[in-house]
Amino acid sequence: MSLDLILRVGTKLILPFIVLFALYVQFHGDFGPGGGFQAGVIAAATVILIAITFGLRAAHRIAPQAVVERMIPLGVLIYAGTGFAGLLAGHNYLDYSVLSHDAAHGHELGIFLVETGVLVTVTGTMTAVFYAFAERGR
Amino acid sequence: MTLLAVVTVAIVRQRNLFAVVILSGIYSFLMASLLIVLDAVDVAMTEASVGAGISTVVLLATLHLVKTREMGPVRPRPMALLITAGTGGLLVWGTFVLPPFGTPDAVIHGHVVPRYLADTVRETGVPNVVTSVLADYRGYDTLGETTVIFTAGIGVMLLLRGARRRGRADQDRAAP
Amino acid sequence: MELLSTLAAHYNYVITVFLMMAGLYVVIARGNLVKKLVGLSIFQTSVYLLYIEPGKILGGTAPIIDPAFTLYSNPLPHVLILTAIVVGVATLALGLALVVRINESYGTIEEDQILREDRET
Repeated sequence: MSLDLILRVGTKLILPFIVLFALYVQFHGDFGPGGGFQAGVIAAATVILIAITFGLRAAHRIAPQAVVERMIPLGVLIYAGTGFAGLLAGHNYLDYSVLSHDAAHGHELGIFLVETGVLVTVTGTMTAVFYAFAERGR
Repeated sequence: MTLLAVVTVAIVRQRNLFAVVILSGIYSFLMASLLIVLDAVDVAMTEASVGAGISTVVLLATLHLVKTREMGPVRPRPMALLITAGTGGLLVWGTFVLPPFGTPDAVIHGHVVPRYLADTVRETGVPNVVTSVLADYRGYDTLGETTVIFTAGIGVMLLLRGARRRGRADQDRAAP
Repeated sequence: MELLSTLAAHYNYVITVFLMMAGLYVVIARGNLVKKLVGLSIFQTSVYLLYIEPGKILGGTAPIIDPAFTLYSNPLPHVLILTAIVVGVATLALGLALVVRINESYGTIEEDQILREDRET
């Protein structure tokens, strides 16, 4: 029995809860502490944990390099795109009131979209940074 | 807070780099606890995840790539101590004019903040004032911040991806 | 004396300035590049403390609107410092990537050895 058996079994058990916690922090950021940045870092920590416990190849199967690279600008695009929706309707840039039938719902939808953009970029960047550091050592 | 100061002194004096990295993780954890006491729950969560998580991982990865465990002997630098002590004294003297800790009628609690606190549920429907200010009232700044993260990710990938080019150290080792 | 009583009332600011100066001392006076970056991050975190401490109101609570509470701590510094923390880790990652490249090119991460090699060539 190899010594890291406890580590592998424990990691496999806890990983889905970490992903769930990241999603919880993201969507509950409106009602408690949280938001895009914290959730992005926790989601990246999932991939890093897989890489540390099971090796880089297992991490690449879960989060391939190409997907991670595409995620980084995609989040910025989502954020800036939400801003453009305001411009196209004739109001200011990043004006959320136009996104829905009344202003309060528009603001809620706008906050939801920009936090999603932030989540995607932060997860992509932290994972890509880890991959870059890890590949250099091979 | 005194514990934070003790950990910082230990970081300054330690020569073993691995110990420095672990101590900096402890420092981030203490900082996050202190921020919760100061009612800054969003900031505490970010500092804990980013400081004790990503910072420690990236520092350890660097130590592994650089293959250095301990730094060389340290020359005592009295000039640096003098500069930092002098600047510290001036800064402490400058903080005397700040209102004592925790007063509710300080200047920074006026102006914009009561409007944010009063209007955020009505205008945005989001009870977390920090999220609504970050994503709605000051959304432009958050766009800039996301761009900064994007730039840093691209920068690290540009620096560290690609084949290892033979630097001077490799050439010195290759040529006898 | 008056100085001591003012110092005691502003004890948290004294510790914050001490942390700031300790970080600055590490950046100036230590030659190892990785340790300099750790000192820089200590400096940055002490600045976060410096911004958030005046925002706390004794008897207030975290700035999440709830019908049970009336007094909230100031949320504006929290927003600014949230941005600052993430920007800080971005610069740390970039700086460490540069340290890795410097090490590959010079073979060392001690500042005086790097400067000596530059002067010799």
